[in-house]
Formats: sequence, structure tokens, C-alpha cells
Amino acid sequence: MNYTRLLNDETERVKFMDKKELRMKILKNIEHEARVNIGELAVRLGVEETDIANEMSEMENEGIICGFLTLIDWDKTDSQTVTALIEVRCTPQRGQGFDTVAERIYKYPEVNSVYLISGGFDLLVTLEGKTLQEIATFVTDKLSAQESILSCATHFILRRYKDHGTILTRKYTDERQLITP
Amino acid sequence: MRNPIADRVEELKPSGIRKFFDIVSEMKDAISLGVGEPDFDTPWHIRDEGIYSLEKGRTFYTSNAGLKELRTEISKYIDRRGIAKYDPLKEVLVTVGGSEAIDLALRAMLNQDDEVIIPEPSYVSYVPCTIMAGGKPVVIDLKAKNEFRLTAEELEAAITPKSKVLILPFPNNPTGAIMERSDLEAIAKVIEKHDLFVVSDEIYSELSYKEEHVSIASLPGMRERTILINGFSKAFAMTGWRLGYCCGPEIIITQMTKLHQFCIMCAPTTSQYAAVEALKHGDADVAEMKEAYNQRRRFLMNEFKKMSLPCFEPYGAFYVFPDISEFGMTSDEFATELLKEEKVAVVPGTAFGASGEGFVRISYAYSIENLKIALDRINTFIQKRRNGKTS
Repeated sequence: MNYTRLLNDETERVKFMDKKELRMKILKNIEHEARVNIGELAVRLGVEETDIANEMSEMENEGIICGFLTLIDWDKTDSQTVTALIEVRCTPQRGQGFDTVAERIYKYPEVNSVYLISGGFDLLVTLEGKTLQEIATFVTDKLSAQESILSCATHFILRRYKDHGTILTRKYTDERQLITP
Repeated sequence: MRNPIADRVEELKPSGIRKFFDIVSEMKDAISLGVGEPDFDTPWHIRDEGIYSLEKGRTFYTSNAGLKELRTEISKYIDRRGIAKYDPLKEVLVTVGGSEAIDLALRAMLNQDDEVIIPEPSYVSYVPCTIMAGGKPVVIDLKAKNEFRLTAEELEAAITPKSKVLILPFPNNPTGAIMERSDLEAIAKVIEKHDLFVVSDEIYSELSYKEEHVSIASLPGMRERTILINGFSKAFAMTGWRLGYCCGPEIIITQMTKLHQFCIMCAPTTSQYAAVEALKHGDADVAEMKEAYNQRRRFLMNEFKKMSLPCFEPYGAFYVFPDISEFGMTSDEFATELLKEEKVAVVPGTAFGASGEGFVRISYAYSIENLKIALDRINTFIQKRRNGKTS
């Protein structure tokens, strides 16, 4: 199926966009602009609003769109949370690889993300806690205590320069001349 | 004391943009839609290559025509775009922006009083460069009803026995107009018939939103009579690096290189190294920026439609050129009032030639957020005028 819309009456011979391309364009746009109005996005992409709405709900059902998050620089708030990256080495389970270990870890709500990693260790876990102590307790009581986990190396994040493709330490200012030919 | 200034310099009209710039810069907190350069920073990998070349101490001159490696990459790029094959050693010249190439091409080709056909509205330097090269500018006023494209009839009507060069400024600044293959084929016949040469300023070639841009140099018989001008400013967001280039037949490029050698020596070395990286690995950046511009373009056109502000749909560059003649003001008055009342800066169409009267140039080299604020204000401005509540 093709999606297209004639923008200015009959004048625009828009290149026909297939489903794959439309999906890619929607995703690229909402990845960094979750709050974009669907009507506006339809205008910008030159397609019908209903096409976007349909594709988005389909992608939600398919688990491609997993949620709409807000990127927050907590360091600029009063919140005192600490974030840790933990390198976990563990023994894979017969028939399940690392899936069972990963599941046991990701079920904790304070765990932000769990990745299977190539290289010197197996799982990379990011974890948020109120204090250093809280994280230390989690690592010793919940992680290291697990049978299949061989070792943990914990790193605390000291400063976030860039997160999710967004530079947090600098704001864009337009320094161009106001009028140029 | 004698007048230190040459007559023909004194007689040159200053750019209409300059005057407007002075008013705008007086104004605090004005939102500008008047900028003719990308809002993106140069992609980091390109900047990094420039920095690296400085760290390596590459602070010397390059050969006059430019780094061989860069000329080779330019030649490959032009070929990759399906335009033509140019010998990097004899048919490519690296210049200080596309602007220098325009100047060189005219100075290399014009004899005293040769006529240069210049379609307007268009970039501000063609007329003065023609005059300084001793030529005579012959202006064609492009028509909104033709979407500001150049037609064969218009061209034919402008030709005299003295005509030598045609400037072809598409995709166009300020109108955003493009020339499609069939448009170019029609004028190519006229060009051949009257033995004209073409200076094709294709600096916005990567920003063409309908089909891929077609260069006149790619048409049969045109390569030999065309100086193709392009550069890094718009496609790679590298305006401040001041780097452009031109490709053409050896007989012309050799003479342009001679002029370039005497007045410039060579284009900035750091920029040239960065440009090699841009051509080798920058295609994805270009595509991404183009997509962003295209989204803004559609957004703007839709907003104009909502405001019932007439505007032909432009398919190139990053400008729209709405028709403001219904308000009974000149372009200059419209832009000035808009700036005073709503603090939005746009450029009067007349800054780009008399035929820009009744239009203003709006640039979309701004974020959507910025465009939204500015358009709200423009809407307020025009609705007030329509309701007859002018102050």
C-alpha cells in the first residue's frame, strides 16, 4: 500500500512512500519529539493524518513503539538520585543462555536497563538508587547473592554530558547574522 | 584631493539586503526568518577533520586549483550524481565559496560590453560581478505564473547579438524555484542556437525536493558550454568555511585558475581537508538535513494555506516566496512594518531584483518551534491588515 497526499491541490507529485519508509520517518521523528502533534507530523511528511495514526497504533501493538518517555536531566533538580552501571559476569544456564539470569535482574523495578554484552563481561545493568548505600546494598544482597552471578563491577555516573542523543550540557543558541543574502 | 574611488565602483548599487540588515540589527528580540544559511552546525566528523588538519600542521598553501585529493573527490561526486565526467586535474577549480567562482567565471569570459543574461529574482552578486567584469547585465524578470522558472520564450526575447553568457541560478535563492529536465531541455535549444555559455549556479542542488536536481551540464551538448558552480555551504552546512568549486571545459577553467591564482592564491587549506571528508562520508548528513528542510517546507506551505497567503509551492533551496501584493504595500514597506509591529524579519523580494516586488523571502533554515512563533506573528499582522485595523 502506498501513502501520499497532494499538498497544494494537484501540484505536488509526491514520491510515493511505502509502508516501510513511512514507518521509518514516523519513528525518526517521534524518537526525539514524542509530543509532536499527529496532524502536524502528517503535514510535515506529506501524508494523511489517519495513515500516521494507524501506523503508530500498529507499531505499538507490534511492540515497536514501547512507550513515550521524557528525557529529564535530574542533576538540575533537587533529586539526589545516583545511577550506577554494573558489569555482571555470570554463568549461562543450560538451554536458556543468559535469559533467566537477565530476567531475575530486570524484574527489580529499580533496575533501568539490562543488556547482554560482548567482551569481558556478560550483562550490563543500569540501576538507579536514592543513595550510594542503597545501590551498594542492592549489589551485595540482590545481585552478588545470586548463584549464577560470578562477579559484579559497579561504576557510578558522575556527570551526564549527553543522553539519548541529546547534549545536556549545552543549549543551542543561534549565532548567525540576522539577515544574510 | 581627487576622488579615491573608481566611478564604476561608486556607481554600483549597494545590496538591498544591507539596508534592511541595519534596521534589523537595531532591533532587540526580533525573530529573524531572513537568514540565507543552514541552521545546522557542520557535521562533527567534518569539523573534526578540519581540526585534525590543523593539529597535523597542515597550515600551508595548497596548489592554486586546490588539493588534488579534493578535486578528485569533487569529480567523483559530480559523476556519482550522474551529471558529467570532469578531469580533476584540468577541469575542476576549488574556490572561496561559490561566490568567487561566479566572479571568476564572468571575468574570464566577458569582453567589454558583452551581455550577460540574468534571470531575477536571484542572488545579489550576478549584476555587480557582471558590471565589474565590464559586461552588461540584461535582466529577465521571471514570472510567478511560471513558478519563477526560466522559459525558452523569455530567454529568446532577451538575446541580442552581444549576448554571451546566461546565468542559471537554480534551485533559486530567493524564490525556491527549480528547473526540471523538460524546462532545461527547452532552454538548452536556445542556448545552442545562439552559441551562449552558461554559468550554472547550483549551490542548492542537494536541496531539491521533487525529483533529484538536474544539472544543465548533464544535457547533450551543454557540458562544453557550461561552468558548473557548486560548493559546500548549503549541502554540508559549511558556510563559514568559505569553500566552493566549479567544473567546466579546460579552456575556461585554465583561465579562471589563472585569475584565482593572482587574486586568491588558493582556497583555505583547513576547509579543503574538511571538504574531502564531507564528500567521502557526508552523504547521510546531507540526506538527513534535506529531510528536515523538506518537513519545514511542507509545514510552512500548509500554514500559508491556512492563512490564505498565496504562495506557489517551491521545490528547492530553503526559501518560500509568498505573494504579499494584496496588502497594498511594497515589499519593502511590508517587511519594514512587519518588523516594527511584530518583530519578525523577512527579506523584501526587491532585494533580489525589481521583479521581486510584491513578494517577500522567508527562509526555513530555522527550527519548527521558531517557525511556529514567527508564523503566528505574521498571521496576526496580515489578519489585522485584512480587517482594516491598521495602525
